[in-house]
Amino acid sequence: MSEVTTVKKKRVELLFAAFLFLVGIIVFVDASQLHVTYSQADVVGPKALPYAVSGILILSSIALAITVLRGNLAEGEEGEDVDLSQPSDWKVLLPLLAAFVINILLINTAGWVISGTILFFGSAVALGSRRYVLTALISIAMAFGTFYGFYLGLGIKLPAGILSGVL
Amino acid sequence: METLSLLMDGFASALTPINLLFALVGVILGTAVGVLPGIGPAMAVALLLPVTYGMETSSALIMFAGIYYGGMYGGSTTSILLNTPGESSTVITAIEGHKMAKNGRAAQALATAAIGSFVAGTIGTALLVGFAPIVVKFAVSLGAPSYFAIMVLALITVTAVLGASKIRGFAALGLGLAIGLVGMDPVSGQSRLTFGFAPLVDGLDIVVVAVAIFAIGEALWIAAHLRSNPSRTIPVGRPWMGKEDWKRSWKPWLRGTAYGFPFGALPAGGAEVPTFLSYVTEKKLSKHPEEFGHGAIEGVAGPEAANNASAAGTLTPMLALGLPTNATAAVMLAFLTMKGIQPGPLLFENEPALVWTLIASLFIGNTLLLLINLPLAPVWAKLLKIPRPFLYAGILFFATLGAFSVNMQTADLWLLLLIGILGFALRRFGLPILPLILGVIIGPMAEQQLRKSFQLSAGEISGLWSEPVAVTVYIIIAILLLVPLVLSILRKSRGGSSELTAGLAAGGMISEDELDKVDSQQPSSGRHSAEDDLDGKDK
Repeated sequence: MSEVTTVKKKRVELLFAAFLFLVGIIVFVDASQLHVTYSQADVVGPKALPYAVSGILILSSIALAITVLRGNLAEGEEGEDVDLSQPSDWKVLLPLLAAFVINILLINTAGWVISGTILFFGSAVALGSRRYVLTALISIAMAFGTFYGFYLGLGIKLPAGILSGVL
Repeated sequence: METLSLLMDGFASALTPINLLFALVGVILGTAVGVLPGIGPAMAVALLLPVTYGMETSSALIMFAGIYYGGMYGGSTTSILLNTPGESSTVITAIEGHKMAKNGRAAQALATAAIGSFVAGTIGTALLVGFAPIVVKFAVSLGAPSYFAIMVLALITVTAVLGASKIRGFAALGLGLAIGLVGMDPVSGQSRLTFGFAPLVDGLDIVVVAVAIFAIGEALWIAAHLRSNPSRTIPVGRPWMGKEDWKRSWKPWLRGTAYGFPFGALPAGGAEVPTFLSYVTEKKLSKHPEEFGHGAIEGVAGPEAANNASAAGTLTPMLALGLPTNATAAVMLAFLTMKGIQPGPLLFENEPALVWTLIASLFIGNTLLLLINLPLAPVWAKLLKIPRPFLYAGILFFATLGAFSVNMQTADLWLLLLIGILGFALRRFGLPILPLILGVIIGPMAEQQLRKSFQLSAGEISGLWSEPVAVTVYIIIAILLLVPLVLSILRKSRGGSSELTAGLAAGGMISEDELDKVDSQQPSSGRHSAEDDLDGKDK
């Protein structure tokens, strides 16, 4: 069984190597389409660095694929609150990303106070907060506080959205 | 004595009430982010970048410097009380520091860390005062070819010398350089990697990139692996030291400083090597070697001093050459560029007030840090009790707010999300963050110097090594890259080599350690097999 998960892990890491390879190709193609008129003042031109970068990306992606195939798998980054004994928890990540996207979609129409409240509340609940009332109160306070803090303290007007007459 | 009078002017402007206030805010924030898990000084400075748009440059920089030094103090508190070093530079502190705390000597461990940090930070800043003008004098005589060489050296060392895996380091560097390429090429006016999107022509906003990589990427990564029961903190009273502790601490402080400053000042020296060297030295010189591994105070005093002295050292190339060698310095440099200030050796000439106010504020910040850390350590330790959902929701919240408030464009938030997911992937696939962020920031600078070199030499490639400094630096780069390679090839030829590894080694993309791992054909480390077992049970 453990072999099966190792194979799975390898596959994910190979996908990442493929992603790096793809980025390298994109950088290469983009550079090759630049129009360069030779000039004495700029012998290197705009293409040189992109070509070098795509070289680094393509070579390292191939080398990465080889080491992964040979069994050298990645070690995730460690941290104070990080528990690496479990694989990534998508049940936390997906709602978190959803809260983030909802904020982007609502920030200009509904306004920061509403979208920010949703962002904080959604993230905290996704991360395991179960005291819903307290979480909601903190979320509203954070969104209101930053709205007025940015306006009064920094002179930055965050979008008020549908509450624009009220705030 | 010109330096001294400039420094005095610096003190005069750093001691104004408003700048003192910013220094205080900086050190408090810095200590807080150092103590809090998941936030480091680089993330804190990145999150504050948008707020500083309207601020005086010097005030903002004073605050950032306070955060930078404060993060070092706060970091030692967690490694001693929790045994969970948040940054690689405090890993060594945790070894003896946490043992001391377990033996009921947490107060002494915190005291020697804080006082040692103060001593080292103050001496280190004094060394900065002494050395930076010398480096500047030397640096103004350097031309574009030397700069290009030094920048390549900085990128190569963070990528190939530090860090566990060279391949992953180079991959991260490539991604960073690619991010740095996006936008209009300043020389030819051509758009690179913009794919026809108008907002990309100005390049990716460095604030958005820094916040995405440091804040969003980190928060997502921790969220996916959040510990269900955070580790227990050892309760502690007010830090203090007895006579014996002072006696055993002061020499390690000084030796640690001597290790830390030069390593910090090197392009990409970092704090890991000097803290480790300091630990080994203290273990050797100690009159109580038997205490090492069970809570020896020297093992906290030395590495903590080395850590702080290297922080001061890092500021030398940052201010004198415009070359950042760690993540926080990189973000601070991005801030200067954002403010329209050209970093580099001319900074001392063009902005003397700014530079010397900053340096004076380092002395002040260091003193403030000692004052707020010694009596208040128990209060700081309480920060660890913040419920994690609120902490990480807060990071996402402020990251979004900060990135949005720069241009008020939702496009920036989509970018934040995309690059944040990239930041998550970096952490998941073991790619180091430092080469990426330095690639973003140094990449465009290095390209500019490269093109300038060729302009000077009228297109002759020999222009690249037309200066003695450039030649020296290329030789150093060659040694750095070749020595591990030669060593591994020698070992292989003795032990009978497999074709593939030899070929890869010749390509120069694989580290010695990896070759060893690969050759022993062990599929993965112990951690992975434990994980595999767990997965297996789930099915």
